[in-house]
Amino acid sequence: MIRVVLPPHLRTLARVDGELELEVETPVTQGSVLDALEAKYPMLHGTIRDHVTKLRRPMVRFFACGEDLSHESPDAALPDAIVKGSEPFLIIGAIAGG
Amino acid sequence: MNKIRVLVGTRKGAFILTSDGARKQWKVSGPHFPGWEIYHMKGSPVNPDRIYASQTSAWFGQIIQCSDDGGKTWNPPGTKPEDLMAPEGMPKGESNMFAYDASPETGKPLTTHQWYDGTQHPWEFKRVWHLEPSLDNPDHVYAGVEDAALFESKDGGKSWHELAGLRGSDTGPKWQPGAGGMCLHTILIDPSNPKRISVAISAAGAFRTDDGGNSWKPINRGLHSQYIPNPTAEVGHCVHRMALHPSRPNTLFMQKHWDVMRSDDAGDSWNEVSGNLPTDFGFPIDVHAHEPETIYVVPIKSDSEHYPLSGRLRVYRSRTGGHEWEALTKGLPQRNCYVNVLRDAMSVDSLEPCGVYFGTTGGQVYSSTDAGDSWKSIVRDLPAVLSVEVQTLS
Repeated sequence: MIRVVLPPHLRTLARVDGELELEVETPVTQGSVLDALEAKYPMLHGTIRDHVTKLRRPMVRFFACGEDLSHESPDAALPDAIVKGSEPFLIIGAIAGG
Repeated sequence: MNKIRVLVGTRKGAFILTSDGARKQWKVSGPHFPGWEIYHMKGSPVNPDRIYASQTSAWFGQIIQCSDDGGKTWNPPGTKPEDLMAPEGMPKGESNMFAYDASPETGKPLTTHQWYDGTQHPWEFKRVWHLEPSLDNPDHVYAGVEDAALFESKDGGKSWHELAGLRGSDTGPKWQPGAGGMCLHTILIDPSNPKRISVAISAAGAFRTDDGGNSWKPINRGLHSQYIPNPTAEVGHCVHRMALHPSRPNTLFMQKHWDVMRSDDAGDSWNEVSGNLPTDFGFPIDVHAHEPETIYVVPIKSDSEHYPLSGRLRVYRSRTGGHEWEALTKGLPQRNCYVNVLRDAMSVDSLEPCGVYFGTTGGQVYSSTDAGDSWKSIVRDLPAVLSVEVQTLS
């Protein structure tokens, strides 16, 4: 199972508490995790990435295993720790403002 | 017994204020959607418990919310818990998908508008400014969006399609954003002919369709705007708000960037009615529920100083359809008041006497139960108020 942590506003929107667990077919990538997330929680469509282009929204970031993966290809394989479920995939609302 | 419900959108959530017909004791519910900008909420005229809300965030984009119980519970259309369990599969989650129509059939090959530097810039969806439920079907609703376009949903907000004839009209490439962005903020449906819809865009002007949204024309003749190279140009005027009385749909009132205007031919021509206003800059304008020649504005000092003149918050009322105005001050702060009243933040109820309501960027919501003669604050310390809509419930 893939563990996903949403930012608070999106947890409220999706009506979930804490971490999510998703079944994701291999290869596990940013794109496949987000596909599974949006299929299970359709209200999240368009809030993390664009409906059509699938590009990440500018003020959303993806962290995993202490690394910022926001600029990685959506098709790149995620780290083993994410695939094995020992580390969560973090979706972050970027700090912006003063 | 009548009941009043005031829908208040703010920078940090939605609030619902309710009272009985006496309009003295108010119950405040909220914040709903805490932390999100709620640009607008509006109920269906035929089913007032059906309310649509525009929920937006710079981080997470646009959400449309819908309530069928008068604002007690909300769901993004198409994603109710029972929808998720549907045997035919998952809903597609498209209630917040506002994709500009680029199809050859209806979209026309129009993909750019004028940018601040004079170059052409692609249309980019940012948010929904205004939701206007149709007059006869609670599932039929229009959305005015930034970058300026008009969208329509006929399935209760589950999916949206653009009425692309507006953006595709000949003037589209000349539209340009104002300081607040290029937004379509006003949607007026003619109650005697729902195929006639007038809209207003900052900073492009006013436009009208007479065929339900297929074709549109600018309706800006008579507007005079010193801040554009040709002050009487066909488009480019910064219209802040328009209003009509349902009994006289051919009479439109407009608060422009500067100037209060009036049209008696559905926008084909306009005349200035600023009269004795101390300043004719402002944002909202509204019409008394029972007197079609009684109108309200909130004069603001100037385009660079968005607060009342001399720190005195004054609503101005004309009982003559313009030209002659009186200041309404009783109960409103008359010193050290430097709030603004935004374009969608004024509304009226239909009780007798007519109630008038407005919200400020300082978080106050004021109401008058005597058509503006005197005012009281319902709440004082909300986040900055973006919109106020009033429902009169029987």
